[in-house]
Amino acid sequence: MGRLFDFMLPDNKSPLTADSTDGLFHFINEVSLIFLVGITIALIYFAIKYKRKSEDDKTPVITHNNTLEITWSVIPLLIVMVVFGWGYSGWLNLKAVPNDAYEIQATGYKWNWNFNYENGAQTLNELHVPKGRPIKVVMQSRDVLHSFFIPDYRVKHDVVPGRYTYVWFQAEETGESVIFCTEYCGTSHSDMLAKVIVHEPDEFEQWLELNGGGIQGTPVEQGEQLVSLQGCQTCHSIDGSPKIGPTFKGIWEREQQLTDGSTVVVDENYIRESILYPGNKVVAGYQNVMSPYEGRLSDDEITNIIEYLKTIN
Amino acid sequence: MANHSASHPAHVQHHFVDSDQQFDSAKLGMWVFLVNEILFFGGLFCAYIIFRAWYPELFTQAALELNKLWGGVNTVVLIGSSLTVAMAIRSAQRNEIKGLRINLMITILLACVFLVIKYFEYQHKLHLGIAPGSYWNPTPEIAAILDHPKANIFFSIYYVMTGIHGLHVLVGIGLMIWLYIRAGKGHFSAEYYTPVEITGLYWHLVDLIWIFLFPLLYLIE
Amino acid sequence: MAITEAKKMTTLQVKRFKPSENPTNTFLTDEKGVWAWMTTVDHKKIGIMYLVAVAFFFALAGFLAIALRTELWTPAKTFIEADTYNQLFTLHGAMMVFFVLVPSIPAALGNFILPMQLGAKDVAFPRLNLASLYIYVAGAIFTFAALASGGFDTGWTFYTPYSSDSNAAGVIWVTLGVFILGFSSILTGTNFITTIHKLRAPGITWDRLPLNIWALYATSIIQVLATPVLAITILLLSFENIMDIGIFDPALGGDPVLFQHFFWFYSHPAVYIMIVPGFGIISEVISTFSKKTVFGYWAIALSSLAIAFIGFLVWGHHMFTSGQSAVATTVFSFLTFLVGIPTGIKIFNWIATLYRGSIDMKTPMLYVFIFLFLFSIGGFTGIMLGALSVDIHLHDTYYVVAHFHYVMMGGTLIALLAGLHYWWPKMTGKMYNEKLAQISAVLIFIGFNMTFLPQFIMGAQGMPRRYYNYIDQFTPFHQTSTIGSYILGVAFLIILYYLVKSLYSGEKAPSNPWNSRGLEWQSTSPPDFHNFDHTPVVINGPYDYHKPMEEFQLGLAVSHNGHDAEHASADVNKTEEKA
Repeated sequence: MGRLFDFMLPDNKSPLTADSTDGLFHFINEVSLIFLVGITIALIYFAIKYKRKSEDDKTPVITHNNTLEITWSVIPLLIVMVVFGWGYSGWLNLKAVPNDAYEIQATGYKWNWNFNYENGAQTLNELHVPKGRPIKVVMQSRDVLHSFFIPDYRVKHDVVPGRYTYVWFQAEETGESVIFCTEYCGTSHSDMLAKVIVHEPDEFEQWLELNGGGIQGTPVEQGEQLVSLQGCQTCHSIDGSPKIGPTFKGIWEREQQLTDGSTVVVDENYIRESILYPGNKVVAGYQNVMSPYEGRLSDDEITNIIEYLKTIN
Repeated sequence: MANHSASHPAHVQHHFVDSDQQFDSAKLGMWVFLVNEILFFGGLFCAYIIFRAWYPELFTQAALELNKLWGGVNTVVLIGSSLTVAMAIRSAQRNEIKGLRINLMITILLACVFLVIKYFEYQHKLHLGIAPGSYWNPTPEIAAILDHPKANIFFSIYYVMTGIHGLHVLVGIGLMIWLYIRAGKGHFSAEYYTPVEITGLYWHLVDLIWIFLFPLLYLIE
Repeated sequence: MAITEAKKMTTLQVKRFKPSENPTNTFLTDEKGVWAWMTTVDHKKIGIMYLVAVAFFFALAGFLAIALRTELWTPAKTFIEADTYNQLFTLHGAMMVFFVLVPSIPAALGNFILPMQLGAKDVAFPRLNLASLYIYVAGAIFTFAALASGGFDTGWTFYTPYSSDSNAAGVIWVTLGVFILGFSSILTGTNFITTIHKLRAPGITWDRLPLNIWALYATSIIQVLATPVLAITILLLSFENIMDIGIFDPALGGDPVLFQHFFWFYSHPAVYIMIVPGFGIISEVISTFSKKTVFGYWAIALSSLAIAFIGFLVWGHHMFTSGQSAVATTVFSFLTFLVGIPTGIKIFNWIATLYRGSIDMKTPMLYVFIFLFLFSIGGFTGIMLGALSVDIHLHDTYYVVAHFHYVMMGGTLIALLAGLHYWWPKMTGKMYNEKLAQISAVLIFIGFNMTFLPQFIMGAQGMPRRYYNYIDQFTPFHQTSTIGSYILGVAFLIILYYLVKSLYSGEKAPSNPWNSRGLEWQSTSPPDFHNFDHTPVVINGPYDYHKPMEEFQLGLAVSHNGHDAEHASADVNKTEEKA
C-alpha cells in the first residue's frame, strides 16, 4: 500500500494471486521511472550545456569506452534477470492450484459465459463463489477463442475450443468484481461481460442449494429457463426490439425471408434446425454468427424451448 | 545510361562496374532468395512435424496409401533433371550453345514427366475420395484401412506440400523455356550465362525439397 | 590505418569533387512525365513513390484511428455500429502494420538513401525494386477488394477459428493481399543484402559502413528469414478458408494455437523490421547534429544484428495466456529480457554521443530527442509485459495497446519523421519551414502522450482492447485519449502543409545543409541520376567530424559519368576485398 503507482491498478481482492504481480508491477515502474528521469535529465542537460555555439565548433573524438559499455549492459541485465525470476515465480503460483480448490465449470461462447456447479446449478454471466476459499474455474469454448479476465484478481487465461484451460483465485472480501472477455470474438465482444459475486461461505451454500437440481417445471417454464441460461437473449429480444438476431416476439408461424431469397414459415422443424445448425437457413438481413448447438442441447430441451417460443407474442 | 563502350559490354547493366560484379550480385541475390524458399517450405515442414508428433500412427498408416513406386520414379526423374541442368550450365561455360539447348530441353521434358506422374497420382487419390479437409470422402475400402479420425489432415498436408512443390516445378519449366528461347537467340555465351546459372540454382532447390518430401511422406514406417 | 588506405588511394589518383550548389541535371529533371516515373528503375524515384504510397496509407489509417477514438468518446454507441467499429480497428491495424510500418523506412527512405550511402549508382536489382513497388500496389488492391466484398473484422492478427468463421470472402481477399505484400518486402530485403555486399564504393569497408546501412542490413536479414513463414501461414489460412484443410480449425481437428505460433514467428520479428531501420536513422541524425563521432560504433552496429537474431526467438511472449506449454512460456519470457539489453545499449550509446558535442536543435534532432523519450517508455513497458505474472494481468488490455503505440509510433514513426526532415533537402532540393516544423514536432509530442499515457492507466486497471463498449469508470481516460488523438491529427496536417508547400515555394536547399560527413550529402541536392557524377572514394569513417570536409568529397580522378572510367574502379574494389 502507498506505492507511487497504486493509482494504476484496480483493488487487489485476491491477495494469493495478486500480491506477487502487484509487487513486481510496482518494482518495474519505480526502477523504470528512475531510469527515465535519468535519461530525460541527461538529454535536457546535454542539449543546453552543449548547444552549438558556432558552425566551427570542434568536438572531441570519443569513439567508445568499454567500461561504460559493460556497465550499461550488465546492470540492466542483472535487473531484468531479477524481473524474470520474480515474474516466473509469480506465474508458477498462478499455475499451481491449491489442492482444496472448489471447482466450477465455465463455458464461453459468443457472447456469454455459462457457469456450472457440482450440484447441477447453472448461471449465466454470474459467477457465485464463497469467500476465503480457493476457486478453480475450468473453462472451455463452444466456438472461437475467448479469454477469461478478472482484473481484481489479476488472473486471465484464453478459452480455447477443443481443450480445457483454467484459472484459480481466492477472494478475500464479499462483493462483486467484473469479468471481461479479452480475446476478440466478434460483434458483441465488448458486451461479453460477467461478474463474480463473492458470498460469505454459509450464504454461498444456501445459494447453491436453492439453485441446485437443474431446470424444473412445466415444458414452457423449462424452455424459458433454458433460453435465459443459454444467453439467447443476448442476440434475440423478446420485446420485438432489433438485436443481432431476429426477435423472438411473434416468431411462431411467422413467415421469414431467407438470405437466399426463399421464405419459410417458422415451425418446429425450422426452429430445431436453426438451433442445431444455425448457418443452414439464415434470415435475410442477419449475419451467420450464431454458434451451432449440435450436441449441446438434448431433443427434450429443444422441444421445451419450442414450447416457450410459441408463447412469446 | 547511354554511352556504353567496348569495355562495358551490352549485357552489363548500367549500375554495375563490370560483368563479374553483376554475376556475383545475381548469384548472391539468388542464394538469398533460396534461403527464403527454404524458410517458406520450413513452415510446412514444421506443420508436418507437429502433426506427426501428435498422431504418429496416422502418418505411418496413411503413408501406405501413397504409391512408393511412382514416388520413387519421380525422385529419379528429378535427380536426373538436376544433372542435366548442371550439364546445361557447363555447356554454357564452355560456350557450347547447342549443348546448352539440348540439356535445357531434356530438363524441361523430365520436369514434365514428373508433373504427369504427379497428375496421375492425384487423380487416383481423388477418385478414391482421398481429398483434403472437409472434402474427405473415402470409398468404403479406403475408409476401412484409413480409420483414423484425423486422416484428412494428413492428406491436407500431403496435398499442400506436394501441390506447392508442383507449382515450383511448373515455374521452373517456364523459366527454362524462357532460357531455351533466349539461348536460341544467342543471348548466352561463356561471357554471360548468369540467368542459366541462377535458374540452375533454383532448380537444384526444387529437386532438394522433393528429396525431403519423398521419404517424409511416402517412406515412413 | 586510414593513412595507409589514403596512400593506396592516392596512387589511384583520387581528387576532390565538390558538389555543385546549382545542379542543372538531377534525377528529377532526367526523366519526366508520369510514364517515365511509372517505369523508372531509379531507386530514388521508386523510394519517393513508396513514400507517397506510405503517406497515403498513413493518412487513411490515421483517419480511421481518429474515427475509432471519436467512437470511444462515450461508453456506448457514439456514432458507429459495433460491426463497423470492429472492421475499422482491424483495417487500422492491418494498414498501419503491413502498408505503413513495414515498408515505411526501408522501402521509402532506405531505397533513396542506401545506394547513396554506399556510393552505388543503384540497388543491385533495379527492376526487382520496381516490381516490389507494383507488388505492394497489388497487395493494396486485394485489400480494397476485401473491403468491397463485405470487409473483415478479425483484428490484424487473423486468429483462427474466428477468422475461418467470419465473413470468409473478405478474410480471403485480405489475407491474399498480405501474402502478396510479403513478396514486396522479401524483394526489398534481398535487394538490400546484395547491394550492401556487392555494390560498395571503393574504400567502404565494413567498419566504414554508416550505421543506417548496418540497421538496414539487419532489417533485410529479418525480412528475408521471417516473411516467407508469414507467407506460408497466410497461405495455409487461405486454404483453411477455401478448402477447409483443417490444420488450424479445431472443428476440423486442427489446432488454433499452432496458428498463433506461426503467425507470431513472423509478426514478432516484423516488429524489428519496423523499428531497427528507425535505429539507423537515429544514429545518423544524432551524429550530424552533435557534429561528433558516434559513440560506440560497433556496439550500435552489432546490437542491431543481435536484435535481429534474438528477435527470432521470442515470438511466444505474445502467447503467455494462450495455453502454450509451460516450458515454452518460461523460455520465451527469459529470451524476451535478453532482447531488451541490446536495445538499452543503443539508447545509452546515443546519449553518450551527445556528451561534449555541438548540439544543434534542428527539427530532425528534435525528433530524435522525442524518440529517445518515447521509445524509452516503450522499452520499459516492454519489460513490464515480458514479466510473466504481470503479463497475465496486462495481456490484451489497453496497456498493450499503449505499449506498442509507444514503440511503433513513438519509435518507428518518430524516427521516420526525423529521417524525412533530415533527408528532405537531399530528396527534393528544397528546405521546409523550420518554425512550423518545430511547432508540429512539439504538438506531436504533446498529442502523442495525451493519447497514449492514459491508455497505460486504464489498461492496468483492466480495460480490454478491441472493445466497442466499455464500462463507465474508464470514460475520463478515453476522453483524454480522444482529445490527444485530435491534437496528433492537427500536427500531421501541419506537417503535410509545410512539406507540400516547400515543394512549390521552399527555399533552395544547399547540397549539404547540415554539414554532415555522410556520403549521401556529398552529392548535389537533389542528386544526379547516377547519384554522383564521379565514382566516390571513401577514406574516412562516416562520422569522422574531426577531419576536414575535403576528405569526404573524394572520387576517382579519372572518373566522370561515363562508364569507361568506372571500369578502373572495379579493380580497386576487388583488391580491397581481397586484402
